[in-house]
Amino acid sequence: MTAVPEVLVAEHAIEYTYTRSTGPIIGAFLTGLRDKQIKGIRAIDGRVIVPPVEYDPVTSDDLHELVDVGDAGVVTTWSWNATPVAGQPLDRPFAWALVRLDGADTGMLAAVDAGDEAQMHTGMRVRARWADGRVGSIRDLLCFELEGDLA
Amino acid sequence: MTEPVTMVETPIRLDYSYTPGVASSRFLRSLEHGQIVGQRCPRCLKVYMPPRGACSMCGVATDEEIVLDGKGTVTTFCVTNVPSPGLTPPYVTAWIRLDGADITSMFLIQECDPAEVRLGMRVEPVWVDESERQPNLGNIRYYRPTGEPDAPYDDYKDYV
Amino acid sequence: MRRDVAIVSWASFETPSEPARNEVEMLLPVIQEALGNVGMTQQDIGFTVSGSSDYLQGFPFAFVGALDAVGAWPPIRESHVEMDGAFALYEAVNVLQEEGIDTALVYAFARPSRGELDRTLALQLDPYAVAPLWPDARGLAGLQAQAMKDSGRYPQLLGAGHEVPPTVVADGAVAVVLAVGDRARELTKTPAWIRGIDHRIEPPALGVRDLTTSASTTAAAAKAGATGVDAAWLHVPYPHQELVLRAALSLVDQPVYSAAGPVMVGGLAQLAAAAAGVAGGKARRAVAHATSGPCLQQNLVAVLEGGDAA
Repeated sequence: MTAVPEVLVAEHAIEYTYTRSTGPIIGAFLTGLRDKQIKGIRAIDGRVIVPPVEYDPVTSDDLHELVDVGDAGVVTTWSWNATPVAGQPLDRPFAWALVRLDGADTGMLAAVDAGDEAQMHTGMRVRARWADGRVGSIRDLLCFELEGDLA
Repeated sequence: MTEPVTMVETPIRLDYSYTPGVASSRFLRSLEHGQIVGQRCPRCLKVYMPPRGACSMCGVATDEEIVLDGKGTVTTFCVTNVPSPGLTPPYVTAWIRLDGADITSMFLIQECDPAEVRLGMRVEPVWVDESERQPNLGNIRYYRPTGEPDAPYDDYKDYV
Repeated sequence: MRRDVAIVSWASFETPSEPARNEVEMLLPVIQEALGNVGMTQQDIGFTVSGSSDYLQGFPFAFVGALDAVGAWPPIRESHVEMDGAFALYEAVNVLQEEGIDTALVYAFARPSRGELDRTLALQLDPYAVAPLWPDARGLAGLQAQAMKDSGRYPQLLGAGHEVPPTVVADGAVAVVLAVGDRARELTKTPAWIRGIDHRIEPPALGVRDLTTSASTTAAAAKAGATGVDAAWLHVPYPHQELVLRAALSLVDQPVYSAAGPVMVGGLAQLAAAAAGVAGGKARRAVAHATSGPCLQQNLVAVLEGGDAA
């Protein structure tokens, strides 16, 4: 067996910007976010799915009927993130949550800027906080905040 | 902006503390000391340079180290006439079979007219100054002709 | 299945952090051991397939480089999945239905200790609405754990001490040899016959799923015929997921052996462990499970039996 030499270590980053075409459904969703309007899509069973999906999750049929939903809703589940990592929506502790927006039947993944884990509970109401300089990206929806916190 | 969104940019970045493995580490350390160390497959006896710790044809570990003197033979080459960062055209890139190795490696050929480069040409490495050596192949600045007679075609025909 | 397929050999290696060896150097002795256990070399293998992710290694086409550990000359029939090796085994079982392909080598490897696993796994998510938020894998698992607590059906998770632990970061490799019918009987006295195998996938959007159950596991188990088992080997990246899987597989009081294992490796390692359990007499008829993706998104269920092929 060959002796193990002193291990060489090199810091190495992989960095790449993918440019993706959105297609009409995701494109409409992202266009809506630019205008502070969240859109879902009506599934075959009548549920409104947010973010919209192109195909029905049960039947795989093409879906077409986009539906405007509210920008506030209910936390259906959550987990506290005490140590955010690079690229996440907030650089201070926050909660990941699935938020079921008013008019929607499914939760969308987002950050909730709750400040403290003790603030978080399933069923709480939250409202979208929008980014300035929106470009048509999921990051236009910066995070959610406790509805009562709004002025 | 009123145009609908049809494209989205999604940047990614991942960071690693990369370690190259045992065979590559030994190879890179040898370069730091001005040596080129390959590995021989115990089954097919082919010598790999750079070594990777395994014979990709036999699927066995390659433990035996072979010190190469660095000289080699041009098996094919390309003259590039468009600029590239740090390189002034025309410049020559060649596949070189190092003496004692069974695979070819790519290096620049300099200190000669690109028109003189040919298959079978004997070449040798030009190393960076000892004080500047790092554990990487950048230690070999380029290859240059040795002035020896060309290698006969039979010597390198399996590597063209 | 038209042809009976058995797991005839396996080997694995796992460590919290492999300091020096690269993926090929880690994998090579594992493959040699799995083949050597049944007196085989790569030349005896009809089909080779692997599971790994280049993002874990940090450069493109890393899975091609891993073939250095196989000996792919003269050219071999070979395939790869960007998933846990268990899903590569599924492909192998299907290829082994072809006449003329009687043996297969399945392997998986990963060395996530060199990168940021919780971030790397974000790249398997929807690239438009989810991955740009860089959700950490542990955070997503936490959504599932909280939904389970809120459901009232998992009292085991209530109270202190049930926080979701950090994502398991471990390096390792696993190799499994498969063979059909009489070839399996020639190679070992104790083949672990794969009586059924299936895998099913949940919708990718987490909000569309019921995170407190695993419909895909139940569907895969039904298709694989996972009834009447006397032990279970489950691939459980986070502890709360064992409860979901027990319910989805209708396990009652059978012994359950759960493990996370290295990402990409853990599922195939659990299939190998189940084969070892069956071959060693620990179980007569076992269910083995493997998962991939966030919150048990993809689930594979296999039924293994000792004894002779029916």
